[in-house]
Amino acid sequence: MTETRDQIAEQAGGGVHKKFMFVNRKAPYGTIYALEGLEVVLISAAFDQDVSLAFLDDGVYQLVKGQQTKALEVKNFSPTYRALEGYDVEKLYVERESLEARGIREDQLLVPVQVVGAEEMAQLMDQQDVIIGF
Amino acid sequence: MKFGLLINEGPYNHQAADTAYQFARAALARGHQIQRVFFYNDGVNNASKLTEPPQDDRHIVNRWSKLAQENGVDLVVCVAAGLRRGLVEDNLAPGFRISGLGQLVESGVEADRLVVFGD
Amino acid sequence: MLHIVNKSPYERNSVASCLAHARKGGAVLLIEDAVYAATRGNVADGAIRKALQELPVYALGPDLEARGMQANVIEGVQVVDFGGFVDLVAEHRTSQSWL
Repeated sequence: MTETRDQIAEQAGGGVHKKFMFVNRKAPYGTIYALEGLEVVLISAAFDQDVSLAFLDDGVYQLVKGQQTKALEVKNFSPTYRALEGYDVEKLYVERESLEARGIREDQLLVPVQVVGAEEMAQLMDQQDVIIGF
Repeated sequence: MKFGLLINEGPYNHQAADTAYQFARAALARGHQIQRVFFYNDGVNNASKLTEPPQDDRHIVNRWSKLAQENGVDLVVCVAAGLRRGLVEDNLAPGFRISGLGQLVESGVEADRLVVFGD
Repeated sequence: MLHIVNKSPYERNSVASCLAHARKGGAVLLIEDAVYAATRGNVADGAIRKALQELPVYALGPDLEARGMQANVIEGVQVVDFGGFVDLVAEHRTSQSWL
């Protein structure tokens, strides 16, 4: 029932190449959106589209290093952000104003990202064909 | 124009399912096509055949089934999100089918517009 | 781009965040609880009026009516029905839902 990446890649294509942006504005663990949002990103990698991720507002918290979920007894899914590179998903944009408002520095993030200002983030958003936010 | 809809919340708790349904109806009335309605996160609960809302209020699940039946709208429930929440073939309402997240991405690729309805 | 917001400006920062990213050439559509942002005197009143100088702001009529707010709409905000909602999505190349 669950399609493999190869099966998906077969169904996909047809030559259409769109810019997909996945917008993350919610913190991890308080709701499922960060986790289930990531699952869409991983699947999208099989469709050979131009995929990027945006993190703003509380979404920047998803990328903070040192997440330890043992006491909560929930899955720590933060390593998945490091796996994105292996799926050719390399464009991760993090909004500067959102980091600063939360007192988070770039060196506290668990993957390399591109920090952009709100104005540039808005421009990036305007360039997209499909925007999926959770 | 072909519209894809993504619904991330279940019936009644949030307005998302209602807004999406009214949007779909209006789009069809204007001669557009609904390429797919994809149910993700708690949205999978829109597909439960076990719901019994009060008689004097709208029956959200049945409304979706009717939309599929009368207009051929493709209603897809994400298999992983469904499994997580106990929405499987056995309790799937008429008109819905269960498939992978690839169907959502495909909708983004194939539809002219993708609209997200959520919390 | 069509920016769609659905939460009250008192509940979440979605209206504010949306307005901080909506650019000229786009449009903002307030639906569900976000229609409160389209009413006179609400916390987002100033921000909405300022946004109106750059781009159109719409509010979904059925959501205003359900909440008894249809007589309180900020001047310049255009009220649309679901057909209008569909037209806006068709008109703009992309839509983004600020949840």
